[in-house]
Amino acid sequence: MQLNVNTAADAARNSAFAPKTLAQLGRGESGVLDHLDLPDDIARRLMELGFLPGQEIVPARSAPGGGPRVYRVDGSEVALRRETASRLILRSISKGDNRKT
Amino acid sequence: MSDCHDCGNCAVVAGPLPAGRSSARSHVVAIIGPPNSGKSTLFNRLTGLRQKVANFPGVTVEQRVGRARTRGVREVILVDLPGVYSLNPRSEDEQVTRDVLAGEMPGIPKPDAVLLILDCTNLGRHLVLAAPILALKLPTLVILNMADDLASRGGKVDTAELAMQLGAPVALISAAKGQGVEKVFQFMEGTAGGTASLSAPKVELPVLQDIPKCRQWAQQVGYGAAYRAPAPPLWTRRLDAIFLHPVAGIAIFAVVVAAVFQTIFSLAKPIMDGLQALIETSGHWIEGALPDSVIRSLLVDGVWHGVGSVIVFLPQILLLFLFIGILEDSGYLARAALIADRSMAKFGLQGKSFIPLLSAYACAVPAIMATRTIESKRDRLATILIAPLMTCSARLPVYTLIIAAFIPQHPLLGPLLGTQAGALLGLYVLGFAAAIVTAKVLKSSVLKSERTPFVLEMPPYRMPTLRSLGIRLYDRSKIFLHRAGTVILTVAIVLWVLLHLPLHNGKAPEIGQSFAGMIGHAAEPVIKPLGFNWKIGIGLISSLAAREVIVGTLGTIYSVEGTEDSAGLRHALQNELSPGGAVALLIFFAFAMQCMSTVAVVRRETGGWKWPAIQFVYMTFLAYVCALATNEVVGSGVLKVIARL
Repeated sequence: MQLNVNTAADAARNSAFAPKTLAQLGRGESGVLDHLDLPDDIARRLMELGFLPGQEIVPARSAPGGGPRVYRVDGSEVALRRETASRLILRSISKGDNRKT
Repeated sequence: MSDCHDCGNCAVVAGPLPAGRSSARSHVVAIIGPPNSGKSTLFNRLTGLRQKVANFPGVTVEQRVGRARTRGVREVILVDLPGVYSLNPRSEDEQVTRDVLAGEMPGIPKPDAVLLILDCTNLGRHLVLAAPILALKLPTLVILNMADDLASRGGKVDTAELAMQLGAPVALISAAKGQGVEKVFQFMEGTAGGTASLSAPKVELPVLQDIPKCRQWAQQVGYGAAYRAPAPPLWTRRLDAIFLHPVAGIAIFAVVVAAVFQTIFSLAKPIMDGLQALIETSGHWIEGALPDSVIRSLLVDGVWHGVGSVIVFLPQILLLFLFIGILEDSGYLARAALIADRSMAKFGLQGKSFIPLLSAYACAVPAIMATRTIESKRDRLATILIAPLMTCSARLPVYTLIIAAFIPQHPLLGPLLGTQAGALLGLYVLGFAAAIVTAKVLKSSVLKSERTPFVLEMPPYRMPTLRSLGIRLYDRSKIFLHRAGTVILTVAIVLWVLLHLPLHNGKAPEIGQSFAGMIGHAAEPVIKPLGFNWKIGIGLISSLAAREVIVGTLGTIYSVEGTEDSAGLRHALQNELSPGGAVALLIFFAFAMQCMSTVAVVRRETGGWKWPAIQFVYMTFLAYVCALATNEVVGSGVLKVIARL
């Protein structure tokens, strides 16, 4: 797992209001993934499903009662629990460097 | 196998290959693709073999083998594999795929060619799998499935250019509609004849372990092939807005469940009554056509009533499978797993356990095999151990019989739910409750583990096809009738013999004096506290083979006794059981593990006798204690109060 320390640190310093993890994004907002703060095997599975650094992710509906949320990523929809989404760290600037697919 | 060269259009084999004999000459082709890309639909198209398909990632958990309907000298053996995103396995079903490809799966020869099937509505991501597959250097056809979806949503791809980029032939098809499938046959006939080969890919393959590099490679290839991704599936988003709505979503979930149970009862009833009448009329007809003899008694009382009383339940079981089929194929089931995840997490499980548990409503055996998609070993074991507590379809005949005999029909929630359907729903809830409480106990003691993340790809909603639903029902009928023709038939014959021996002065004894009666009487002291008499005891013992056998057994017993009339078993049971005993019998069947197939599959999946033994003892104990308590409570007059309401 590649961990971009600078970007993560910058994000924490510069944007007190900007969402830092995927779990903090509201429905319809979008963010660009920076890195996955998860054990290697789970991170690999998520990357296979499209959660790659640099990828744009848009949260969609969540299950009623605060269950897992559906995320639109790389052309498909994948459901994640909040606890997992909170380990997906976003880039500080979500506009501009989106790698369109 | 050697004598069917010229009729390659009809031959189909099920189950594992007869190893050795065919591997020398036959051409083995593996079907590989990401989950939910349509491998099994294509497999059905190519073989005609009835393989279970659903709109849910991870339906195929074991390799399936079938003979392709190709025209050629060599026979082509197709292997359908569980879906994978890569060749780095994380769960048991992905391990199966890796092993078969590496030629390490016993009984399956190493594949000679590969059909790589990708969902072309999401080609960018699905192409990632092409890298490790092409690196195997086997003749490969890249199949772009769901061509109809791609076109209708405004996407496109240049297949000729894609073939150049990949260095492998490409076919754009719709497996569900059968469009373009002839190209797949041509490819297989070509590789079987030794003509196809791979050319060098235009874009060099990436380092396989590096997922971002692989994704970039796929991006580049897709770009080269002028791939335009289709518009997002608008209908799926609209439907999700309803089905995942905070209020409407939950309400729909509840209505769907209630409606399924109500329909199983009300819709199936006239069909079942008709079937019942048919079996009885034909029984009388056979009785009239044959001279009075031991053979006639065996045929009519033993076989006809024994097997017939179980076959009556076929329409009901098919209706249940039809509903589960619609839920699976439409894509709603994945949303149901999503809705259920939060609740499942409270009991130490996860949404993925919900899928096997839901299919356990049909049958515990495929459910236990479906647990292979669960990555965590402990979560998987917990799911295996609780799956048989879910109300499988074999319990349905027992439940229906007793409910119809003992629960008066009243409307409960207007026309939506009656008392009988309500009682059935209650039994389903009871089984579910027992399962999740057991899971909680297991997961907070012997199977304690870290919470594993829930990751589930949401398939788009699709209209279930009549073809796919038809295949399911056909499959189910075959399995059910096969059981009726083997297990239940055997038990019926053995039982008839036990009921007619030992002979007294050359004549069959009274039931009480027969061998079966003796066995029942011997069991009576143990089951009397539950409110069961010795006749029910015979039924319970025979149902150790399979639950629904008890219905056949009771059918045979009352037929031999001569109490069988048009109202049949129901009236006989009303005389035989107290209300307390009847409810206790329902509870006993809700919990007891009377199914040899389940014991066998748990032994195979857990690799030993330890867990099935623990499971059997636990469930029997639970069944006994709860039935005992029920008989005590209901026997003290609670039911009379309810009946008055």
